[in-house]
Amino acid sequence: MRSPIPRTAPAGSVRTGGVSLTVRVARVSFRVRPRPITVALAGLGLLALLMALSVGRGDFPIGVGDVFRTLLGGEENRFVVMELRLPRALTGALVGAALGLSGAIAQAVARNPLASPDVLGVTSGASVAVVLVMITGGGYGGVSGLIATLGVPFAGLAGGLVAGIGVYLLAWRHGLDGYRLVLVGIGVTSIAANVKWWLLTIGDVDQASRAMVWITGSLNGRGWEHVRPVALALMLLIPLTLLGAHKLEALRLGDDSARGLGLRVDLARSLLVLAAVALAAVATASAGPVEFVALAAPQIALRLCGSTRPPLVGSLVVGAVLTVGADLIARTAFGGVELPVGVVTAVLGAPFLIYLLVRSRRKAT
Amino acid sequence: MTAVPLGALRRHRLLILLGLALLTMGVTVASISIGAMRIPLPGVWSALVHPTGTEQDDVVRSLRLPRTAFGLLAGTALGMAGALVQGHTRNPLADPGLLGVTQGAAFAMVLSIFTLGVTDLRVYIWFGFAGALVASVAVFTLGSVGGGGATPITLALAGAAVSTLLHGLISGLVLLDQQALNVYRFWQAGAIAGRDARLLPQVLPFVLLGLFLALANAPGLNVLSLGEDVARSLGRRVGPTRALGIASITLLTGSAVAVCGALAFVGLIVPHVARALSGPDHRWLLPYSGLLGAILLLGADIAGRIVARPGELEVGIMLALIGGPFFIALVRRRKPVRL
Repeated sequence: MRSPIPRTAPAGSVRTGGVSLTVRVARVSFRVRPRPITVALAGLGLLALLMALSVGRGDFPIGVGDVFRTLLGGEENRFVVMELRLPRALTGALVGAALGLSGAIAQAVARNPLASPDVLGVTSGASVAVVLVMITGGGYGGVSGLIATLGVPFAGLAGGLVAGIGVYLLAWRHGLDGYRLVLVGIGVTSIAANVKWWLLTIGDVDQASRAMVWITGSLNGRGWEHVRPVALALMLLIPLTLLGAHKLEALRLGDDSARGLGLRVDLARSLLVLAAVALAAVATASAGPVEFVALAAPQIALRLCGSTRPPLVGSLVVGAVLTVGADLIARTAFGGVELPVGVVTAVLGAPFLIYLLVRSRRKAT
Repeated sequence: MTAVPLGALRRHRLLILLGLALLTMGVTVASISIGAMRIPLPGVWSALVHPTGTEQDDVVRSLRLPRTAFGLLAGTALGMAGALVQGHTRNPLADPGLLGVTQGAAFAMVLSIFTLGVTDLRVYIWFGFAGALVASVAVFTLGSVGGGGATPITLALAGAAVSTLLHGLISGLVLLDQQALNVYRFWQAGAIAGRDARLLPQVLPFVLLGLFLALANAPGLNVLSLGEDVARSLGRRVGPTRALGIASITLLTGSAVAVCGALAFVGLIVPHVARALSGPDHRWLLPYSGLLGAILLLGADIAGRIVARPGELEVGIMLALIGGPFFIALVRRRKPVRL
C-alpha cells in the first residue's frame, strides 16, 4: 500500500471551492475534495452541539456538559435525558437526515432544483392517509386514542409508500425518464393535495386543527418507539444509497454518456428513486411531512460545499442540523407555546436559501 | 411541421382556436343549465333575456350566472397565467402559485383575520389581492438581486423559498386561531359557487388588464425562450419583458385566487394540454391556455354537480379527480414537449 499522493486537480474540473486531491491506493484511485469533508465534519459537530442543547433545554434545564456526562454513562438526570428528551432529538436528527438524503437523490435524478420527495408523491400521499384516519377516526370517539398511537404512523407510512411507488410505476414507460417522473409526480401530488384539503373541509374545525399539526410536521411527544423504526430503516437505506452514489454521478452526465460508461441506466435510476421514496416515507411516517428540509438541505449543502451538484453526505448532515435546530427553536423560543417543527423549518430555511441565492449571484457577477 | 406551408399552419391553428371558443360557449351554457334544478335551454334564454321573476329565473340570475362567470374568469386567468409562468421560468413544474402569489394571498387573508378579526369575504379578498402583489414583487426582487436580472432558475428558487416561508407562517397562525383555520381550509379547497356577485365587476378590470398584458408579452416571451443571450443579441431587452410577464401573472393569479381560492392546479395542467395543440409559440399557446382553463374549470364544476346529486362536490376536488388522471395520462401517452 502506498501512501496517498496529493495532487492538484486540472484546471476547470472544480467550479468553485479550490483544491482537490487525488488519492491512489494500490490500483484504486479516486479524487478527494477537502471542502465537502470539512463541511460534513463541521455539520456533525454542530449537530452534536444542537442535540445536546435541545436535550438540555426544557422545564428542567440541564447544562450541555452535564448532558454529555449523562450520555456517556453518568447516572445524574438519567430519566429526563434518556427517556424524555433524547428520543425527540434523535427522531429529529434521523428524520432530517433521511429527508436531506432523499431530497438530494430526487434533485439529482430529476435534474431539477425544485424536485424533492414531495414531487415523488410521498409526503402528500402520507398526508391524505393520515388526514383520512384523523377525520374519520375521530367520529368513532373511543377509537381515536388507539388510532393516534398506532394508526397514524402506519397510515403515514402506507400512504407515502403507495403514492411514491404509484408515481414510480405510472412514470415507467420503456424505461424511467427523469422528466416524466417529475411530471407524473406533480400530477399525483396535486390530486393528493386537493383531496387532503377537501377532507379537511369535511370534518369539524377541531379535527382539522389536530390534522394541521400533523400535516405541518411535528416532533411533539416522540419517544423511543418512534426512534427505533426510523433508525432501523436508515441503517439499511443510508449505506445502500451511498453505495449507489457513484451511479448517480454517472447518471448526472446524461443518459447516453451513462450508458456509454456501461451503466444500466433504468435499473440504477429505479433503485435510487425507490430508495428516495423509502427514506422519505419512513421519515414522514414518524414526524409528519416536515416542510422544506428535503428541498432546502441539498441546495444549502451544494452551496456550502461549492460543488455543482447536491452532495449526498452533505445534504444528509445539513438536513439533520436544520431539523434539530428548528425543533430547538420551535420548542423553546415562543414561551409557553410549542409550535410544530415544520413551521420553523419553513420560516428559517427559506431566508437562508434566499441568502445563499443572493450571495452566490453576487460572487458570480 | 416544416413541410406544412405557413398559411395552412395558420388556418389549422385558427380552426383549433375556433373549436376551443365554441367548446367554451358550450360549457358556459351547460353550466347555467345543469344542476340540482335542471333548466332547459329555452328556460335559460328567457331567464337571461326577459326574466319574469319565476323561481327558475331566480336560480339562473342569482346563482348559476355568477357561478359560471366566476368559473370563466378564474379559469381563463389561471390558464393564461400558467402558460406565462411556465414560459418565464422554463420549468414544467411551475404553476401560477410558484411566484408566491397564492401563498401571499393566503397569508394576507389569514393575517387580516388573525390580527384585525375581519370576517367579511368582500373585505379580506382585498387583503388577499394586496398580499399577492407584495409577494410577487418580493419574489421578483429577490430573483433579480445581485445583478444579471431575473433568470428562470433564480425566479423559481426565490418563488419556492418565499412560498414556503409564507406557508410556514400560515401554518403557525392557523394553529393559533381556529377562526382563521376555518376560513383558510375552505379557501385552500377552492370554490366558485356561493361567491358574492358584487365582487365580479370589482375584479374584472384587473383580470382584463392581466389578459391584455399577457398577450402583449407573448412575442417577447417567444424570443426569451431562445435563451437570454440570444434574445439580447436579437435586440430584445430582457428585463422589461420579464417584468411585464410577472406583472401579468400577478394580476391574473392574484385576482383569481383571491376570489375563488387556491385553484392554481388549473394553471399547472392546462398549458401542457395547450402546448400539445399549439406547439411552443406563445402567441397561440396563451389564448389556447386561457380557453382550455375556462373549459376545464367549468367542466369540473358541472361534473361536481352531476356526480353527487342532489348535493354537489366542490370544484377543487373535482378538478383533482378529473384533471389529475387526465394530466398523468397525457404525460404518459406522448413525449412531453420540453420547455
